[in-house]
Amino acid sequence: MRIVVAVKQVPDTSEVRIDEERGTLIREGVPSILNPFDEYALEEAFRWKDELGGTVIVVSMGPPQAEVVLREAVSMGADEAILLSDRAFAGADTWATSHTLAKAVEKMGDIDIVMTGKQAIDGDTAQTGPSIAASLDWPQITFVGKVRELTGKHIIAERYVEGGSEVIKSSLPVVVTILKDANTPRLPSLKGKMRARKIEIPVWGKNDLELSEEEVGLDGSPTRVVSIATPETFTDGQIHHGEPEELAKLMADSLLGTEDS
Amino acid sequence: MNYYLSEELNDIKEICAGIAEKHIIPVRALLDEENRFPREIVKAMSDGGLHGIYISEEYGGSAEMFGGGSMALCIATEELSKACGGIALSFAANALGAMPIMIFGSEEQKKKYLPDLVSGAKLAAFALTEPDAGSDAGGVRTKAIKDGDHYVLNGTKQWITNGGEAQIYTVIALTDSSRGARGLSAFIVEDGTPGFSYGKKEDKMGIRASATRELIFEDCRIPEENLISREGYGFIVAMKTLNRSRPGVAAQAIGIAQGALDEAARYASERKQFGQRIDSFQGIQFMLADMDTQIEAARALTYSVARMIDAGEKKYDKESAMAKVFASDVAMKVTTDAVQILGGYGYMKEYPVEKMMRDAKITQIYEGTNQIQRSVIASALIKETAARGK
Repeated sequence: MRIVVAVKQVPDTSEVRIDEERGTLIREGVPSILNPFDEYALEEAFRWKDELGGTVIVVSMGPPQAEVVLREAVSMGADEAILLSDRAFAGADTWATSHTLAKAVEKMGDIDIVMTGKQAIDGDTAQTGPSIAASLDWPQITFVGKVRELTGKHIIAERYVEGGSEVIKSSLPVVVTILKDANTPRLPSLKGKMRARKIEIPVWGKNDLELSEEEVGLDGSPTRVVSIATPETFTDGQIHHGEPEELAKLMADSLLGTEDS
Repeated sequence: MNYYLSEELNDIKEICAGIAEKHIIPVRALLDEENRFPREIVKAMSDGGLHGIYISEEYGGSAEMFGGGSMALCIATEELSKACGGIALSFAANALGAMPIMIFGSEEQKKKYLPDLVSGAKLAAFALTEPDAGSDAGGVRTKAIKDGDHYVLNGTKQWITNGGEAQIYTVIALTDSSRGARGLSAFIVEDGTPGFSYGKKEDKMGIRASATRELIFEDCRIPEENLISREGYGFIVAMKTLNRSRPGVAAQAIGIAQGALDEAARYASERKQFGQRIDSFQGIQFMLADMDTQIEAARALTYSVARMIDAGEKKYDKESAMAKVFASDVAMKVTTDAVQILGGYGYMKEYPVEKMMRDAKITQIYEGTNQIQRSVIASALIKETAARGK
């Protein structure tokens, strides 16, 4: 079983602030971390590798310093790590990013599954996983809360959706996005940390992936972030007590602006 | 203070901090209340590779990578103790049980027992104390009588950490009752050996997440190859083991104290009285400053002793006693002051400092009371002085 886990280095959003004038995130002084959802994807990959044998390859697209999260993944148990980094990749939206990741998966060859966290905590799009599947023309199972069965031929997984769950069987290769419910991520081990320090991480750029300028980075991105802002917070809420009818009327009046009628 | 730890030692620290945050802090109060041994957490420690850090690479461990293992053991014990001194003790007591085999065991004994300790498949414990043999090891009554190619053990060991949880016990027993301490010998006894059972489980003041139990030997036959070193060397095995492990107790004390200081400093920065943060009051500031300084002094002393052991120094009984005495007294003082700074909240179980104060107390008592340690230090000093006078 050859499993690829696509991970992302993200700013620790619990410490991130927004520059409202420029519409960008203030990243200075904010620590970068491995996207927490990706830890669940990694654990799911390790779990099945422990059971079936095989290789877990962790891949990330990002600036050179994104290597840190790849090493972290190796310290947890990943066998190989590949960094996709090139000046030309800068400014990529989810389409260009997943297209680049898909090309890397093709280059690796013989991959059975690509796993990702359900989304990254910075962009919150949840698009990259599905878009990798589209780019590779592979089936996809998103929001997986439990992988029931995995063999060399197929996967049976539970998708947790609003109000219930769907059980889906798919042939391999497949792209799967993992929820927090799936497992408890393991901590790095001493052996893993030693390996992580020594492992050679190849860097693949645009040319290694045989991609053109127009397919990657800003040029390859059909979408643009126009502006970014923190939503206003309401602090002047009211609490009313009473019978349902009375409260419903109060609410309706408030919403319709008919309070005084 | 920057101790310029190697990258490898920092790895240990990070792994322990991860275990503390994820596995220990969420359950420490519950385990304390229920007097429950943390099997899952000990498993997480083996998954992290912690049980091998003081054992040689030859037997599956990684001690060489950390320059010998003593510093490694101190760093791990300290970091785990910041979160819970009781849970950290289960880790440190495993090392204590392994040490007689590591230091005095035969090649066969090392090959047979150490790899399972590294992998976490088995846990170890050290059994010296008896109802009448605490500080005075000469009071040991448990007998080991040679019978053909076996020894037959009879007697009771008391207050044995990891008792009932460990699978490998190093037991000190009398092979020659006419020779007092020189009649003692050390043995390896495995869990499940007929005639070996567990007695009373102790209900302790602190370190309640650790298992403390009686070991009972009734005509327990063990093969003669389980004798560690030679007959009559039991006292030396025990004393050298404890000398080696004492910096670990010091590290446990430092961890407990640091955990308490961190709580107290944070609380003092949040708590307001008379319209101000209480860490703006000099009375609180001076307490915090003393706590911080004392912990750093204890740490510097303890790391120095551990580095001395790792460097291959043969004689360190005085220094090892000094580290244990100083760090444990600091831990008692600092945790008491932490409770004081938290005031009424500090006295309540909802806050972790009352437990830290209870946990700290044992470090002044076990692995040689602080009074015995001061005797060791004083007699070494007197000998040094006499030698200088000549």
